[in-house]
Amino acid sequence: MPLPNRRGHFGPFGGRYVPETLMPALDELEKAYKRYKRDSDFQNALKFYLRHYVGRPTPLYPAYRLAETLGGHLKIYLKREDLTHTGAHKINNTIGQVLLAKKMGKRRIIAETGAGQHGVATATAAALMGLECVVYMGAKDTVRQAMNVFRMELLGAKVLPVYSGTQTLKDAINEAIRDWVTNVETTHYVIGSVVGPHPYPMIVRDFQSVIGRETKRQIRALEGRLPDVLIACVGGGSNAMGLFYPFVNDQSVKMIGVEAAGEGLDTDHHSATLTVGEPGILHGMMTYLLQDKVGQIKGAHSVAPGLDYPGVGPEHAFFKETGRVDYVAVDDKAALEGFRILSETEGIIPALESAHAVAYLCQIARDLPSGCIVVVNLSGRGDKDVEAVRQYLKEAKGV
Amino acid sequence: MSRGARAVEEAILKANTQGRAALIPFIEGADPDLTVTEDLLWALAEAGGDVIELGFPFSDPLADGPTIQEAAQRALKNKPTLSDFLHLIARMRKQGFDTPVVIMGYLNPFWRFGLERLAKEAREVGLDGLIIPDLPLEEAGDWLHLARKERRASILLAAPTTPPERLARIAKASSGFLYYVSVTGITGDRKELPQDLALKLDLARELSPVPVAVGFGIGRPEQVRALAPYAHAIVVGSAIVKIIGRYQEQPQKLVKEVSSFVRTLREATSRGGN
Repeated sequence: MPLPNRRGHFGPFGGRYVPETLMPALDELEKAYKRYKRDSDFQNALKFYLRHYVGRPTPLYPAYRLAETLGGHLKIYLKREDLTHTGAHKINNTIGQVLLAKKMGKRRIIAETGAGQHGVATATAAALMGLECVVYMGAKDTVRQAMNVFRMELLGAKVLPVYSGTQTLKDAINEAIRDWVTNVETTHYVIGSVVGPHPYPMIVRDFQSVIGRETKRQIRALEGRLPDVLIACVGGGSNAMGLFYPFVNDQSVKMIGVEAAGEGLDTDHHSATLTVGEPGILHGMMTYLLQDKVGQIKGAHSVAPGLDYPGVGPEHAFFKETGRVDYVAVDDKAALEGFRILSETEGIIPALESAHAVAYLCQIARDLPSGCIVVVNLSGRGDKDVEAVRQYLKEAKGV
Repeated sequence: MSRGARAVEEAILKANTQGRAALIPFIEGADPDLTVTEDLLWALAEAGGDVIELGFPFSDPLADGPTIQEAAQRALKNKPTLSDFLHLIARMRKQGFDTPVVIMGYLNPFWRFGLERLAKEAREVGLDGLIIPDLPLEEAGDWLHLARKERRASILLAAPTTPPERLARIAKASSGFLYYVSVTGITGDRKELPQDLALKLDLARELSPVPVAVGFGIGRPEQVRALAPYAHAIVVGSAIVKIIGRYQEQPQKLVKEVSSFVRTLREATSRGGN
């Protein structure tokens, strides 16, 4: 049986834990999605935009110099989502969802954003399709990521800072849900990751699965066989799900999701939800969460703002339970090392999020057998992080 | 007097036979601290609250507007636990506090505590029921079963977006009362309530086997007066919580101001000539 089941559950995870006001809207969204999934006009429009606007298919690039640096015994491929329009995989989902919203007759688009990548991708898709767009962003994040705020504004979106709670991504999601509860009849909420109430984790997974489908086709053409290992970073988990999902039934393919260990798993400053969190309910889903003993949600931390979330997609929680995917964590320091290595060996400055996946490959490279084919999802480019990295290195030297 | 779902329902029906809508005041527990909460519970009952809705604070209250969000933030500084709340209720019941109390809170802290344990301890201490705004009918199966077993009120919510056949199913699964959300939106008092609210409440009352309470956006005595003929009970939250927010540093004044406000609300519940 394909998952999620009829009620949106992946085993014990997922579901629809939302205020009653939203239940009819989630039903409506699910129905519309199922209908347009089989609608050839919709699918053709989606294909058109992915090809001519987003720039798909993205290359599957053999990273020879990186492979050489890591011992020369591996075949390393980078899935170049960083080369899409707006510079990250987020656009795969926003184009699909905004197109769907337009078909559903919604006039207004809202989204949450942490670092601003999903906000920019949503503002972009809304501009493209001529819909009004409002993006909620934690007040702290609007300061840290001022340039992305400006980008969204240039794209015609309104960015509303969120001052409640920790003033970061989780609070931006709360505020977006509150907006949706209030304006549900006219508004579609574009969730940015494989999180939230059913049907969102399924919809975002399906729109992001283009990453894995292309990878499968490309690696077969290049190597004549499937890869041995897939590695992707996991915050909410959309780029990882997009890469993994088309390979889930290929048992020979090992999959590794890399979370952010931040300043260390023994501190309170990390985002390693699957690695050290516990199950609970937040943002409409049952999944692994960072929470205290009595069930209050804790703040998350990572040098990579896109991984900075105390929850994770419910299907990842399910894959953890079934053992289909291994989830590990890499700390800030190692991620910066991955950032540096890829920049210097391949001339590719990765997003700090993606640098976690690169960093984990660096850690395990020695233990992988000769001839092993590894695909790393390079989910975004690092231009947005250059200033943060400069600050970090300055402070590291200063101490 | 009985406790649990029946006590909640009886308290509402008793008010109705007196020619008024029942009044359900809401406060966020542990705001500013649990000692004041205890004083407030006595004061709310004395000022005419027929059933009291006690909020358990959560870090991410996504159905709440700014007023209750801020109250939750204040309350969380005390690091309250569900056990603290249950102990408080146990103690007050021993002191003769008889007004039905239901706890309103988001699912995660309850789930973490254990729903089975919660239902059982609720019965033991004399907590009459729960309202869990992020637990809709489809996900509520386990909880409904446990609540029924321990005879606690499982109060589900219906909203303006809920179609009639769904409302009927929700009402049927509810016990104590059905919580009808007046507005398509979050909590917080509003100047204007939807034009068709009275009609929607007529329909809800017709479809529901349990009493219908209306809440969200109601904070003025004139609103209470206008709605009294159309609902079995009326919930007032943010308007009370605002007063609590204003007098954080003066607990005695806080309790006095809340009392006098709740008295005016209670007077407004009268259905006039009927």
